[in-house]
Amino acid sequence: MRIPHRYFLPLLLACAPIHSQAAEFNLVQTDKSTLAFAYKQMGVPMEGNFGKFSVRINFDPARVNAAQAQIEVDLASIDTGSNEANDEVAGKQWFNTKMFPSAQFVSTGVKALGGNRYEVLGKLTLKGKAMDVAAPFTFRQEGAAGVFDGAFILKRLDYAIGEGAWTDVSAVANEIQIKFHVVAHAAPAKK
Amino acid sequence: MTTATRYTGTAISLHWLAALLIFATFPLGVYMHELALSPFKLKLISYHKWLGVTIFLLTVARLAWRATHTPPPLPKTIPAWQQRAADGVHLLLYALLLAIPVSGWLMSSAKGIPVVYLGLVQLPDLVDKDKALGDLLAGIHQVLNFGLLALVGMHIAAALKHHFIEHDATLRRMLPFIKGDQP
Repeated sequence: MRIPHRYFLPLLLACAPIHSQAAEFNLVQTDKSTLAFAYKQMGVPMEGNFGKFSVRINFDPARVNAAQAQIEVDLASIDTGSNEANDEVAGKQWFNTKMFPSAQFVSTGVKALGGNRYEVLGKLTLKGKAMDVAAPFTFRQEGAAGVFDGAFILKRLDYAIGEGAWTDVSAVANEIQIKFHVVAHAAPAKK
Repeated sequence: MTTATRYTGTAISLHWLAALLIFATFPLGVYMHELALSPFKLKLISYHKWLGVTIFLLTVARLAWRATHTPPPLPKTIPAWQQRAADGVHLLLYALLLAIPVSGWLMSSAKGIPVVYLGLVQLPDLVDKDKALGDLLAGIHQVLNFGLLALVGMHIAAALKHHFIEHDATLRRMLPFIKGDQP
Protein backbone atom coordinates (compact mmCIF):
# COMPACT_ATOMS: atom_id res chain seq x y z
CA MET A 1 0.00 0.00 0.00
CA ARG A 2 2.77 2.40 0.81
CA ILE A 3 4.71 2.38 -2.38
CA PRO A 4 1.95 3.29 -4.83
CA HIS A 5 1.13 6.35 -2.74
CA ARG A 6 4.56 7.74 -3.36
CA TYR A 7 3.71 7.73 -7.04
CA PHE A 8 0.16 8.98 -6.66
CA LEU A 9 1.03 12.07 -4.73
CA PRO A 10 3.31 13.84 -7.19
CA LEU A 11 0.92 12.88 -9.98
CA LEU A 12 -1.97 14.30 -8.05
CA LEU A 13 -0.25 17.51 -7.23
CA ALA A 14 0.86 17.92 -10.83
CA CYS A 15 -2.52 17.23 -12.37
CA ALA A 16 -5.12 18.96 -10.31
CA PRO A 17 -5.10 21.77 -7.81
CA ILE A 18 -7.41 20.54 -5.11
CA HIS A 19 -10.63 22.35 -4.42
CA SER A 20 -10.91 21.80 -0.75
CA GLN A 21 -14.63 22.36 -0.31
CA ALA A 22 -15.69 19.53 -2.58
CA ALA A 23 -12.87 17.09 -2.00
CA GLU A 24 -13.15 13.62 -0.61
CA PHE A 25 -10.08 12.70 1.40
CA ASN A 26 -9.37 9.06 0.76
CA LEU A 27 -5.65 8.58 0.01
CA VAL A 28 -4.19 7.83 3.40
CA GLN A 29 -0.55 8.77 3.90
CA THR A 30 0.45 5.84 6.08
CA ASP A 31 3.95 7.11 6.72
CA LYS A 32 2.59 10.41 8.06
CA SER A 33 -0.08 8.77 10.19
CA THR A 34 0.37 7.50 13.74
CA LEU A 35 -1.52 5.27 16.12
CA ALA A 36 -0.46 5.79 19.72
CA PHE A 37 -1.74 4.95 23.17
CA ALA A 38 -1.33 6.29 26.68
CA TYR A 39 -2.07 4.72 30.04
CA LYS A 40 -1.02 4.75 33.65
CA GLN A 41 1.21 2.13 35.22
CA MET A 42 1.50 2.44 39.00
CA GLY A 43 0.31 6.03 38.60
CA VAL A 44 3.07 6.70 36.07
CA PRO A 45 1.97 8.12 32.69
CA MET A 46 3.21 5.81 29.92
CA GLU A 47 3.05 6.01 26.16
CA GLY A 48 3.47 3.68 23.24
CA ASN A 49 2.43 3.16 19.66
CA PHE A 50 1.70 0.67 16.90
CA GLY A 51 4.19 0.68 14.05
CA LYS A 52 2.06 -1.16 11.48
CA PHE A 53 -1.54 -0.41 10.67
CA SER A 54 -3.57 0.35 7.58
CA VAL A 55 -6.31 2.91 7.28
CA ARG A 56 -8.99 3.38 4.66
CA ILE A 57 -10.89 6.61 4.84
CA ASN A 58 -13.51 8.29 2.72
CA PHE A 59 -14.23 11.67 4.19
CA ASP A 60 -15.72 14.70 2.52
CA PRO A 61 -16.39 17.50 5.01
CA ALA A 62 -19.31 18.52 2.80
CA ARG A 63 -20.84 15.02 2.98
CA VAL A 64 -20.11 13.81 6.49
CA ASN A 65 -23.00 11.35 6.51
CA ALA A 66 -21.33 9.34 3.75
CA ALA A 67 -17.98 9.22 5.51
CA GLN A 68 -16.38 5.85 6.21
CA ALA A 69 -13.32 4.58 7.97
CA GLN A 70 -11.67 1.20 8.39
CA ILE A 71 -8.55 0.56 10.38
CA GLU A 72 -6.60 -2.65 10.75
CA VAL A 73 -3.84 -2.78 13.32
CA ASP A 74 -1.00 -5.31 13.37
CA LEU A 75 -0.93 -5.94 17.11
CA ALA A 76 2.55 -7.47 17.08
CA SER A 77 3.89 -4.13 15.87
CA ILE A 78 3.26 -2.62 19.31
CA ASP A 79 6.01 -0.61 20.93
CA THR A 80 5.42 -0.14 24.65
CA GLY A 81 8.86 1.32 25.18
CA SER A 82 10.67 -1.82 26.32
CA ASN A 83 11.37 -5.17 24.68
CA GLU A 84 10.38 -7.01 27.82
CA ALA A 85 6.92 -5.42 27.81
CA ASN A 86 6.55 -5.87 24.03
CA ASP A 87 7.12 -9.62 24.43
CA GLU A 88 4.72 -9.73 27.36
CA VAL A 89 1.80 -7.99 25.61
CA ALA A 90 2.08 -10.29 22.56
CA GLY A 91 1.45 -13.24 24.89
CA LYS A 92 -1.75 -15.10 25.69
CA GLN A 93 -2.78 -12.99 28.65
CA TRP A 94 -2.61 -9.80 26.59
CA PHE A 95 -3.24 -9.65 22.85
CA ASN A 96 -2.51 -13.31 22.12
CA THR A 97 -1.20 -12.24 18.72
CA LYS A 98 -0.76 -15.85 17.56
CA MET A 99 -4.53 -16.34 17.61
CA PHE A 100 -5.58 -12.71 17.11
CA PRO A 101 -2.89 -11.00 15.06
CA SER A 102 -4.86 -7.87 14.28
CA ALA A 103 -7.50 -5.50 15.58
CA GLN A 104 -10.13 -4.06 13.24
CA PHE A 105 -12.22 -0.98 13.42
CA VAL A 106 -15.08 -0.51 10.97
CA SER A 107 -17.10 2.67 11.12
CA THR A 108 -20.88 2.67 11.15
CA GLY A 109 -21.26 6.41 10.89
CA VAL A 110 -19.75 9.84 11.37
CA LYS A 111 -21.45 12.75 13.11
CA ALA A 112 -20.60 16.42 12.78
CA LEU A 113 -20.27 17.99 16.23
CA GLY A 114 -19.86 21.55 15.01
CA GLY A 115 -16.84 23.51 13.84
CA ASN A 116 -14.04 21.15 12.91
CA ARG A 117 -15.18 18.54 15.41
CA TYR A 118 -16.67 15.20 14.47
CA GLU A 119 -17.33 11.83 16.00
CA VAL A 120 -16.85 8.47 14.37
CA LEU A 121 -18.91 5.53 15.59
CA GLY A 122 -18.10 1.95 14.81
CA LYS A 123 -17.20 -1.55 15.88
CA LEU A 124 -13.82 -2.40 17.28
CA THR A 125 -12.87 -6.06 17.09
CA LEU A 126 -10.05 -7.05 19.39
CA LYS A 127 -9.08 -10.49 20.69
CA GLY A 128 -12.25 -12.01 19.30
CA LYS A 129 -14.58 -9.48 20.89
CA ALA A 130 -16.47 -6.84 18.91
CA MET A 131 -17.76 -3.76 20.70
CA ASP A 132 -19.14 -0.37 19.81
CA VAL A 133 -16.80 2.54 20.23
CA ALA A 134 -17.16 6.26 19.62
CA ALA A 135 -14.18 8.48 19.00
CA PRO A 136 -14.35 12.26 18.72
CA PHE A 137 -11.88 13.75 16.28
CA THR A 138 -10.97 16.99 14.61
CA PHE A 139 -10.41 17.49 10.90
CA ARG A 140 -8.38 20.24 9.32
CA GLN A 141 -6.90 20.85 5.91
CA GLU A 142 -3.25 21.64 5.51
CA GLY A 143 -2.70 22.39 1.87
CA ALA A 144 -3.54 19.25 -0.04
CA ALA A 145 -3.71 17.14 3.07
CA GLY A 146 -6.61 16.42 5.35
CA VAL A 147 -5.49 15.82 8.92
CA PHE A 148 -7.60 13.78 11.33
CA ASP A 149 -6.75 13.84 15.04
CA GLY A 150 -8.76 11.94 17.57
CA ALA A 151 -8.73 9.88 20.71
CA PHE A 152 -10.94 7.67 22.79
CA ILE A 153 -10.70 5.64 25.95
CA LEU A 154 -10.63 1.88 25.62
CA LYS A 155 -11.15 -0.20 28.73
CA ARG A 156 -8.72 -3.05 28.27
CA LEU A 157 -10.62 -5.50 30.47
CA ASP A 158 -13.69 -5.18 28.18
CA TYR A 159 -11.57 -7.06 25.64
CA ALA A 160 -9.74 -9.28 28.15
CA ILE A 161 -6.49 -7.47 27.37
CA GLY A 162 -4.39 -8.43 30.37
CA GLU A 163 -5.76 -11.58 31.97
CA GLY A 164 -4.77 -13.47 35.09
CA ALA A 165 -2.61 -11.40 37.42
CA TRP A 166 -2.74 -8.55 34.90
CA THR A 167 -6.43 -7.89 35.64
CA ASP A 168 -4.99 -5.89 38.54
CA VAL A 169 -5.79 -2.37 37.36
CA SER A 170 -3.80 -0.84 40.22
CA ALA A 171 -0.67 -1.95 38.37
CA VAL A 172 -1.79 -1.23 34.79
CA ALA A 173 -4.84 1.01 34.52
CA ASN A 174 -7.98 -0.28 32.80
CA GLU A 175 -8.34 2.94 30.82
CA ILE A 176 -6.12 3.06 27.77
CA GLN A 177 -6.27 6.21 25.68
CA ILE A 178 -6.01 5.44 21.98
CA LYS A 179 -4.80 8.40 19.91
CA PHE A 180 -4.89 8.47 16.14
CA HIS A 181 -3.40 10.95 13.73
CA VAL A 182 -4.27 10.26 10.11
CA VAL A 183 -3.15 12.25 7.10
CA ALA A 184 -5.05 11.71 3.86
CA HIS A 185 -4.98 13.40 0.51
CA ALA A 186 -7.94 13.98 -1.73
CA ALA A 187 -8.34 11.97 -4.89
CA PRO A 188 -9.17 13.96 -7.99
CA ALA A 189 -12.91 14.16 -8.38
CA LYS A 190 -14.32 11.64 -10.85
CA LYS A 191 -17.04 13.26 -12.90
CA MET B 1 31.37 23.96 78.50
CA THR B 2 30.65 20.28 78.22
CA THR B 3 30.91 18.54 74.89
CA ALA B 4 28.06 16.19 74.01
CA THR B 5 29.13 12.57 74.12
CA ARG B 6 26.20 11.27 72.10
CA TYR B 7 24.39 12.26 68.94
CA THR B 8 21.12 14.10 69.45
CA GLY B 9 17.83 12.22 69.38
CA THR B 10 17.13 13.68 65.95
CA ALA B 11 20.44 12.50 64.51
CA ILE B 12 20.05 9.04 66.06
CA SER B 13 16.49 8.68 64.71
CA LEU B 14 17.48 9.79 61.22
CA HIS B 15 20.50 7.47 61.19
CA TRP B 16 18.58 4.33 62.13
CA LEU B 17 15.68 5.21 59.86
CA ALA B 18 18.17 5.55 57.00
CA ALA B 19 19.71 2.19 57.96
CA LEU B 20 16.28 0.53 57.95
CA LEU B 21 15.36 2.00 54.55
CA ILE B 22 18.71 1.04 53.01
CA PHE B 23 18.38 -2.52 54.30
CA ALA B 24 14.92 -2.69 52.67
CA THR B 25 15.71 -0.93 49.39
CA PHE B 26 18.97 -2.68 48.50
CA PRO B 27 17.74 -6.29 48.65
CA LEU B 28 14.44 -5.23 47.07
CA GLY B 29 16.40 -3.89 44.11
CA VAL B 30 18.41 -7.10 43.77
CA TYR B 31 15.30 -9.29 44.08
CA MET B 32 12.93 -7.42 41.77
CA HIS B 33 15.54 -7.19 39.05
CA GLU B 34 15.44 -10.96 38.50
CA LEU B 35 11.64 -11.32 38.39
CA ALA B 36 9.68 -11.91 35.19
CA LEU B 37 7.41 -9.03 34.24
CA SER B 38 4.22 -9.08 36.33
CA PRO B 39 2.03 -6.62 38.23
CA PHE B 40 3.94 -7.72 41.33
CA LYS B 41 7.23 -6.72 39.72
CA LEU B 42 5.83 -3.35 38.60
CA LYS B 43 4.73 -2.70 42.18
CA LEU B 44 8.07 -3.68 43.67
CA ILE B 45 9.91 -1.43 41.19
CA SER B 46 7.65 1.46 42.17
CA TYR B 47 8.17 0.82 45.89
CA HIS B 48 11.93 0.63 45.30
CA LYS B 49 11.86 4.02 43.57
CA TRP B 50 9.76 5.57 46.33
CA LEU B 51 12.14 4.20 48.96
CA GLY B 52 15.09 5.60 47.00
CA VAL B 53 13.55 9.08 46.84
CA THR B 54 12.85 8.85 50.59
CA ILE B 55 16.49 7.92 51.28
CA PHE B 56 17.62 10.90 49.19
CA LEU B 57 15.37 13.29 51.16
CA LEU B 58 16.48 11.73 54.44
CA THR B 59 20.12 12.18 53.46
CA VAL B 60 19.50 15.87 52.70
CA ALA B 61 17.93 16.21 56.16
CA ARG B 62 20.92 14.46 57.76
CA LEU B 63 23.38 16.73 55.94
CA ALA B 64 21.36 19.71 57.18
CA TRP B 65 21.75 18.32 60.69
CA ARG B 66 25.51 17.95 60.16
CA ALA B 67 25.74 21.51 58.85
CA THR B 68 24.11 22.88 61.99
CA HIS B 69 25.55 20.56 64.66
CA THR B 70 28.95 19.29 65.73
CA PRO B 71 28.96 15.50 66.02
CA PRO B 72 30.15 14.14 69.36
CA PRO B 73 33.89 13.48 69.16
CA LEU B 74 35.28 9.99 68.75
CA PRO B 75 37.02 8.54 71.83
CA LYS B 76 40.57 9.96 72.14
CA THR B 77 41.96 6.44 72.22
CA ILE B 78 41.33 6.10 68.49
CA PRO B 79 44.43 6.95 66.42
CA ALA B 80 44.22 10.05 64.22
CA TRP B 81 44.51 8.08 60.98
CA GLN B 82 41.51 5.96 61.95
CA GLN B 83 39.53 9.11 62.78
CA ARG B 84 40.36 10.49 59.35
CA ALA B 85 39.42 7.17 57.76
CA ALA B 86 36.09 7.26 59.60
CA ASP B 87 35.46 10.79 58.35
CA GLY B 88 36.29 9.68 54.81
CA VAL B 89 33.91 6.71 54.97
CA HIS B 90 31.13 8.91 56.33
CA LEU B 91 31.66 11.45 53.57
CA LEU B 92 31.55 8.73 50.91
CA LEU B 93 28.44 7.18 52.47
CA TYR B 94 26.63 10.51 52.30
CA ALA B 95 27.80 11.01 48.71
CA LEU B 96 26.52 7.58 47.67
CA LEU B 97 23.21 8.05 49.47
CA LEU B 98 22.67 11.07 47.23
CA ALA B 99 24.24 9.69 44.05
CA ILE B 100 22.50 6.30 44.07
CA PRO B 101 18.93 7.64 44.12
CA VAL B 102 19.87 10.24 41.50
CA SER B 103 21.35 7.54 39.24
CA GLY B 104 18.14 5.53 39.66
CA TRP B 105 16.00 8.58 38.86
CA LEU B 106 18.02 9.33 35.70
CA MET B 107 17.88 5.64 34.74
CA SER B 108 14.08 5.68 35.05
CA SER B 109 13.84 8.72 32.80
CA ALA B 110 16.22 7.22 30.24
CA LYS B 111 14.20 4.00 30.24
CA GLY B 112 11.04 6.02 29.63
CA ILE B 113 9.34 5.28 32.94
CA PRO B 114 9.27 8.48 34.99
CA VAL B 115 9.34 8.39 38.79
CA VAL B 116 6.04 9.35 40.43
CA TYR B 117 6.89 9.58 44.12
CA LEU B 118 4.34 7.65 46.20
CA GLY B 119 2.17 7.60 43.08
CA LEU B 120 1.49 11.29 43.69
CA VAL B 121 4.37 13.57 42.75
CA GLN B 122 5.95 13.18 39.33
CA LEU B 123 9.66 14.00 39.24
CA PRO B 124 10.79 15.80 36.11
CA ASP B 125 12.75 13.84 33.51
CA LEU B 126 16.26 15.30 33.48
CA VAL B 127 17.26 13.17 30.49
CA ASP B 128 15.26 12.07 27.46
CA LYS B 129 14.34 8.49 26.76
CA ASP B 130 17.45 6.78 25.40
CA LYS B 131 17.97 3.02 25.63
CA ALA B 132 21.79 3.13 25.54
CA LEU B 133 21.87 5.81 28.23
CA GLY B 134 19.37 3.81 30.28
CA ASP B 135 21.61 0.73 30.14
CA LEU B 136 24.65 2.83 31.04
CA LEU B 137 22.85 4.37 34.03
CA ALA B 138 21.66 0.93 35.13
CA GLY B 139 25.32 -0.15 35.18
CA ILE B 140 26.31 2.96 37.14
CA HIS B 141 23.46 2.41 39.61
CA GLN B 142 24.69 -1.14 40.15
CA VAL B 143 28.37 -0.20 40.58
CA LEU B 144 27.51 2.59 43.04
CA ASN B 145 25.46 0.09 45.02
CA PHE B 146 28.36 -2.35 45.22
CA GLY B 147 30.37 0.59 46.55
CA LEU B 148 27.66 1.26 49.12
CA LEU B 149 27.60 -2.40 50.12
CA ALA B 150 31.37 -2.34 50.71
CA LEU B 151 31.29 0.92 52.67
CA VAL B 152 28.32 -0.11 54.82
CA GLY B 153 30.17 -3.35 55.54
CA MET B 154 33.23 -1.39 56.73
CA HIS B 155 31.03 1.03 58.69
CA ILE B 156 29.29 -1.81 60.55
CA ALA B 157 32.48 -3.82 61.07
CA ALA B 158 34.25 -0.77 62.54
CA ALA B 159 31.31 0.04 64.83
CA LEU B 160 31.17 -3.54 66.10
CA LYS B 161 34.96 -3.72 66.55
CA HIS B 162 34.92 -0.56 68.70
CA HIS B 163 31.99 -1.80 70.73
CA PHE B 164 32.89 -5.41 71.32
CA ILE B 165 36.67 -5.50 70.97
CA GLU B 166 37.92 -2.06 71.97
CA HIS B 167 35.02 -1.55 74.41
CA ASP B 168 34.99 2.18 73.66
CA ALA B 169 32.07 4.64 73.30
CA THR B 170 32.10 4.94 69.50
CA LEU B 171 28.88 2.99 68.85
CA ARG B 172 27.16 4.14 72.05
CA ARG B 173 27.23 7.69 70.65
CA MET B 174 24.69 6.51 68.07
CA LEU B 175 22.70 3.88 69.97
CA PRO B 176 19.11 4.71 70.81
CA PHE B 177 17.39 3.86 74.09
CA ILE B 178 20.44 4.07 76.34
CA LYS B 179 21.20 6.58 79.06
CA GLY B 180 23.56 9.11 77.60
CA ASP B 181 26.66 10.84 78.76
CA GLN B 182 28.57 7.96 80.29
CA PRO B 183 32.16 8.10 79.14
